[in-house]
Amino acid sequence: MSGYDSALSIFSPDGHVFQVEYASEAVKRGTCAVGVKGKETVVLGCEKRTTLKLQDPRITPSKICKVDHHILLAFAGLNADARILVDKARVEAQSHRLTLEDSVTVDYLTKYVAGVQQKYTQSGGVRPFGIATLIAGFDSNDNVPKLYQTEPSGVFNAWKAHAIGRSSKTVKEFLEKNYTDDLSEDETIKLTIKSLLEVVQTGAKNIEVSVMKPNSVIQTLTIDEIKKYVDEIEAEKEAEAEKKKPKN
Amino acid sequence: MDIILGIRVSDATLIATSKAATRSISILKDDDDKTRELNKHNLIAFTGESGDTTQFAEYVQANIQLYSMRENDIELSPKATASFIRNQLATSIRSRKPYQVNCLIGGYDTKTGKPSLNWIDYLGTQVELPYGAHGYAAFYTTSLLDKHYREKMSIDDGLKLMDMCIDELNKRMPIDFKGVYIKVVDKDGIRLIK
Repeated sequence: MSGYDSALSIFSPDGHVFQVEYASEAVKRGTCAVGVKGKETVVLGCEKRTTLKLQDPRITPSKICKVDHHILLAFAGLNADARILVDKARVEAQSHRLTLEDSVTVDYLTKYVAGVQQKYTQSGGVRPFGIATLIAGFDSNDNVPKLYQTEPSGVFNAWKAHAIGRSSKTVKEFLEKNYTDDLSEDETIKLTIKSLLEVVQTGAKNIEVSVMKPNSVIQTLTIDEIKKYVDEIEAEKEAEAEKKKPKN
Repeated sequence: MDIILGIRVSDATLIATSKAATRSISILKDDDDKTRELNKHNLIAFTGESGDTTQFAEYVQANIQLYSMRENDIELSPKATASFIRNQLATSIRSRKPYQVNCLIGGYDTKTGKPSLNWIDYLGTQVELPYGAHGYAAFYTTSLLDKHYREKMSIDDGLKLMDMCIDELNKRMPIDFKGVYIKVVDKDGIRLIK
């Protein structure tokens, strides 16, 4: 122990705050989450842990949470920390409506969530949130999809497509290679699932996907719908491999 | 005095609220809506101290919306909604400055498929009724409703009865209330009839 991680708000001599970096480590160990923006859709996808044999899948909480009618939040990291942060975001969304008679913008909510995360890196008696979030949605009366990411340190960024959590590097590289602007709804969903399949070997049953469209339309894909995309992708991959095979 | 009036028919609840927003001797507005949608199947109509009324209704609305967000899109039932509101008013009456708000909750329970009308006053009195009103409207319409209300009325029958009540109020009330909005709460949600 170097002594610079016993209390939170202490810098190490070379300018690091160790606890915040450990929180980012917790994010890297969390299950993967992906967000992709299309022309008029934004899709969130998550790797889902297999439910145990005796577990009741109906009450197992999802990693994609609804914050308000028009905003979804997906996270990677400590599930228990996420519950607290998501609840704070939900209360803020309603409180915003109550005081301003307007729904929150995705931008505002991201700043709020990042603000809360930052506060927990600089106050006494608390530890940082061990989660990174992807916040996706549409502002009211707007058809432009929005996608943001927040980190335990309180940093936030806007993305066209992004991944957080375990093996997110692989997924990010995949997205960088395969992303194009103005994807259709179908293509967006497909790219999300395809990128997740890079790191999820077990296929459709370990993936969850939510699709957002303008005017607060949220659609959670069923296992069968996801399976359809997975099969389609696998067939394409096979065809590709067939082509590459040297002809005898 | 504002008019808020509710009738429960066999598969819907009808709510009528007066359009006049009054302050002292003046009518400030003749298209005031004294209702708020709490969720898809619950409508609150309110009357009382102006300012308190909207403040309270919107506070309740935010809390009920928050519940749905927290519980994975589960809607609070009319009975639970009414109990929550009653509890809020009962807590308020025991505070330094209580809300002076009376309300009606028109709801449709999607689980049991039954409509309901809950009458709640600022003291925290809550009753589930087939028909009810707050304020002076109650004096003029209760006898009419007692005489003409039937179990198993259709929405159209209910609207006819509602019109009879409004006619009576127009005839007997000493002050103009600028007509009413009539809203229906049923399995399809909340909609404005006129």
